[in-house]
Amino acid sequence: MQVPAPFEYERATSVDQAIGLLERLGNSARLVAGGHSLLPMMKLRLANFEYLIDINDLHGELGYIRLGAGEVRIGAMTRHRELLESDALAEVFPIFRDAERVIADPIVRNRGTLGGSLCQADPSEDLSAVCTTLDASCVIRGPRNTERVVSMEEFHVGPYETAVADNEILTEIRIPVKPYASGSAYAKVERRAGDWAVVSAGAAIWLDAAGRIADARVGLAAVGPNTTGIPEISAALRGQEPAEALYELAGAIAARTCDPVTDTRGSADYKRHLADELTRRTLRTAVSRARS
Amino acid sequence: MQVTVTVNGVEYTKEIEGRLLLVHFLRDVLGLTGTHWGCDTSNCGTCVVWMDGEPVKSCTVLAAMAGGREVRTVEGLANGAELDPIQEGFRQCHGLQCGFCTPGMLMTCRHLLDKNPDPTEGEIREAISGQICRCTGYSSIVRSVRWAAVHEAASK
Amino acid sequence: MTTVSERRETEFEDNDQKPVGFGRMLRKEDARLLRGRGRFVDDVQLPGMLHLAILRSPFAHASIVSIDTSAAEASPGVKAVVTGETLKGLGLAWMPTLSNDVQAVLATDKVRFQGQEVAFVVAEDRYQARDALELIDVEYDVLEPVIDVRKALEPDAPVIRTDLDGKTNNHVFDWETGDEEETNRVFAEADVIVKEDIVYPRVHPAPMETCGSVADFDPVEGKLRLWSTTQAPHAHRTLYAIVAGLPEHKIQVIAPDIGGGFGNKVPIYPGYVHSIVGSIVTGKPVKWMEDRSENLISTGFARDYIMRAEIAATRAGKILAIRTNVLADHGAFNGTAAPVKYPAGFFGVFTGSYDLKAAHCKMTAVYTNKAPGGVAYACSFRITEAVYLVERIVDALSYELRMDPAELRLKNFIQPEQFPYTTKTGWVYDSGDYEPTMRLAMEMAGYEDLRKEQALKRAKGELMGIGIAFFTEAVGAGPRKNMDILGLGMADGCELRVHPTGKAVVRLSVKTQGQGHETTFAQIIAEELGIPPADIDVVHGDTDNTPFGLGTYGSRSTPVSGAAAALVARKVRDKAKLIASAMLEVSVADLDWVKGVFQVKGDPGKSVTIQDIAMRAHGAGDLPDGMEGGLEAQICYNPSNLTYPHGAYICVVDIDPGTAEVKVRRFIAVDDCGTRINPMIIEGQVHGGLTDGVGMALMEMISFDEDGNCLGASLMDYLIPTALEVPDWETGFTVTPSPHHPIGAKGIGESATVGSPPAIVNAVVDALKPFGVRHADMPLTPSRVWDAMRGQATPPI
Repeated sequence: MQVPAPFEYERATSVDQAIGLLERLGNSARLVAGGHSLLPMMKLRLANFEYLIDINDLHGELGYIRLGAGEVRIGAMTRHRELLESDALAEVFPIFRDAERVIADPIVRNRGTLGGSLCQADPSEDLSAVCTTLDASCVIRGPRNTERVVSMEEFHVGPYETAVADNEILTEIRIPVKPYASGSAYAKVERRAGDWAVVSAGAAIWLDAAGRIADARVGLAAVGPNTTGIPEISAALRGQEPAEALYELAGAIAARTCDPVTDTRGSADYKRHLADELTRRTLRTAVSRARS
Repeated sequence: MQVTVTVNGVEYTKEIEGRLLLVHFLRDVLGLTGTHWGCDTSNCGTCVVWMDGEPVKSCTVLAAMAGGREVRTVEGLANGAELDPIQEGFRQCHGLQCGFCTPGMLMTCRHLLDKNPDPTEGEIREAISGQICRCTGYSSIVRSVRWAAVHEAASK
Repeated sequence: MTTVSERRETEFEDNDQKPVGFGRMLRKEDARLLRGRGRFVDDVQLPGMLHLAILRSPFAHASIVSIDTSAAEASPGVKAVVTGETLKGLGLAWMPTLSNDVQAVLATDKVRFQGQEVAFVVAEDRYQARDALELIDVEYDVLEPVIDVRKALEPDAPVIRTDLDGKTNNHVFDWETGDEEETNRVFAEADVIVKEDIVYPRVHPAPMETCGSVADFDPVEGKLRLWSTTQAPHAHRTLYAIVAGLPEHKIQVIAPDIGGGFGNKVPIYPGYVHSIVGSIVTGKPVKWMEDRSENLISTGFARDYIMRAEIAATRAGKILAIRTNVLADHGAFNGTAAPVKYPAGFFGVFTGSYDLKAAHCKMTAVYTNKAPGGVAYACSFRITEAVYLVERIVDALSYELRMDPAELRLKNFIQPEQFPYTTKTGWVYDSGDYEPTMRLAMEMAGYEDLRKEQALKRAKGELMGIGIAFFTEAVGAGPRKNMDILGLGMADGCELRVHPTGKAVVRLSVKTQGQGHETTFAQIIAEELGIPPADIDVVHGDTDNTPFGLGTYGSRSTPVSGAAAALVARKVRDKAKLIASAMLEVSVADLDWVKGVFQVKGDPGKSVTIQDIAMRAHGAGDLPDGMEGGLEAQICYNPSNLTYPHGAYICVVDIDPGTAEVKVRRFIAVDDCGTRINPMIIEGQVHGGLTDGVGMALMEMISFDEDGNCLGASLMDYLIPTALEVPDWETGFTVTPSPHHPIGAKGIGESATVGSPPAIVNAVVDALKPFGVRHADMPLTPSRVWDAMRGQATPPI
């Protein structure tokens, strides 16, 4: 069995103490939460660190889903299972439950965390697509109680690369709750349960009192270097009456603007087709949820 | 480093390397070889044990992470000579063949029944979907869990 | 002939029946496996045991310029670092494969596939052994690899096997069967000819337990004990004796609990030999357990056949002939596991279950820079490929004829009165009655209703497919005069000893990897002797304690070893009868055998049980004149023919027209494996094979990039079905006993793996009929199905 190279294990007891450790150890250290992305990479010796800082004990501090009037705040240590099981979250943003049903498998979901998923910054990662769709922002804490808030676009610097510095921790995700009737949905095509997405798409819709689209966002995964939001779709949908022709237009934009590559999961052409198909499907579902 | 882990109700304190995987701690350090491993990438689920009451893939958990926590393995299922109902269900319904994935399956299914004493076929399939069995084709595992559910309900 | 659809196990039933003989019986082996008390190879812990790790080639084809092991040797805990040069000095750098080729134990001159063994480290623990691998410095001179099998024989292709004297190309063998001239003549006169290029991609058995071994060489006794993941402990022992030069009686091969084999654990892998060498060099027990990537990239793959299939028929749907041309990718070394005289295994049964006028096959096998193998992944020696070929091309014919695929098959079956039936490629099918099996499957499926539903759905643009496959397998290799592996005849021994109190021990040459031998073999003895299965200990998997035989693969256990068990029990019964006649003071002719009891004809009150007889056989009382004490026997069973199980499978799929995702909605499997020993175990064997079929048809494939990098090197990339991809299996059975098997049993281990891929692919292709699709190759991933829907289906390689 593959085993990681030697490292020192440290266990963090609080966010501040973890940041202190990171400050002291610099880029020789890495935080580990669920570990289901990091540890396999370390076993394959694709990633080596001198120190691993276990932040699972921070679940008390960072494991929460708080629904406020204008905002939903989710702690970075909130586990997939908690996101899946939260009825309150599903009520506001059903896209989370849609996505969590198809992320990895139930056992992995017991360990994996929201923060860990985002920080892995895999272009195929589902929660990044969800957060992009919902226009989430990321709260990053650094030494001496400094805190900065960045958008998802700023957070993902590139594949497997985030805006979180060596001495910082992603602590929270904030999702705006807009004063409209909202609906959201997620769809993923995978070769088999638990596989990474061939393509997945998220959609969120906000309807005004007249039933017109006040705002709309679509996020895709696995069709480009990073999980991508598509402003052109938002622009095309805003102010419009929801209609099948509109979803088709959005799908066409998604297919045109994404940048997939051919690999063992599928051909670039197929993935482009899925970007179209899944954009239409999720918009349709999101609208029907917004109306109900 | 030193780690103290409670396994099947017994507390163990051992000197280990920080990188030691929980599955190796159980198998090689404690000699509890009932827990198996079948891949390196947390895809197969043969290594599932409970940590603080929840199933985890022990090939992707460091032994150090289990420090101060309670681990339950397949060796902790039976009550002496008496099999746990989930074990008896697997026996009655041919839920195992080579027996290699079985310990992980049993731990997951026991947990499922604790949370949901009357699971549907779909719920059972979902619960074990992070685990691979090459022998049974899963139908008899589903039946085994149903057997345990029905017999547990009857004995209450 | 009986036909029955399998009773569904009700949830409330207590199933703990204890038949004395055949019938549903819970498994004896489960008691330990359920408690985590199984003993698998990696569970073996010996005092002072060291751990071995293997350095593997990152390149598919490269010369080895130099290897520097000094840093690894100085690494903490390291006891030995061994390279090909070290082995060369010992004459151990190469070993024979199962197909009379040779394979490098450690590479000396060059590496020939990605993942090939280059050096190994022995260290105090597995982590240290792994760490030291990182410190071995190998300089390679990268060579152009041969990856595209179609280009392997081009004149300018690089020669892979430069180690073979005078080898100037990548040709392995040509093989031919059937009558080419007659076949061409029949084709020339046919109304309809349908041709398809059909690929059976490279797949991997990937048992949940990877391969491994613990070698313990005792220099004082000169004895080697080897715990290893082997499906054939006796054959392995003999081969180790030949390879390592150790006397055979000083080698004990122990196959403890095995976590699935599926053919993967038939060959001898370099790692096993490494552990032996490691133990001899260090004087300590040495354990090697491969990781999952090593298992997938270096151990026995299966299939990898590119087949051109042609079928000739009349317009009315009478199939006349089949011919095929096959290009076989054997990887870097020819490691195919098959009887020596059958380089293409039993591919000759590609004529299927149909009464043909002619058939012909031509095959060419080549070397490529890929892992060696060619094992039967839960199929009897290349029968999966053969059945896939015929069942796919028959479906293509039904498409052309616009004839229902069930009707076409029913029209062409070999008829019951034609058995034993000699095929146009020379195989003698022992028995069969195909139509009732097919009819039962159709009835269980509700075939007519399914077709109606399909028509309604098609009208609405929904994609539903119904796929049929009908197969005849050939299992239970021997007889020994035709079939051998490296000169070892394919026969199996069995020993039975009845203890004084009437309990018994039976010793087998075959080895379970989950099939339940400890239960079914006790049932066979019970059926013959009337001793309850609980009173019979089944010993297997230990060469010091079992008779010689060729092992468990190709569904051999029941057809060969099961026959041996029945016959050895009859030998014991014959002796028991003589003792009974002495005890009851009647002639043997006056005795009736009623399972477990001899009674006097016409006076059933006068009787002795087998237990009474056992005590007499070992006791102080008189035995018939000239009879030795004891009640035991042994036998070596040489089968007179293969057995030929058959089955009818029907698969129903739904395809999402927008995403091209395939969902297997229902699967109906009706199997005929002759006499049924334990229906519960049979059903389990079928379920497992059906799941393999879903894997191969829809997702499993070992693929390579153009540099020869394996793209299926982990279970993240090599996908195996989970519980969510498979339906609740529906099984049924018919019983057509084998006429030459002592209990009429035919073997069931692999039928479902053979029969299910064509049923699933046929269902997908049927669903795509509105798009004019006649064929699409596996694996039918969403992307590949989408290509097919647009008329752009491509082969996977």
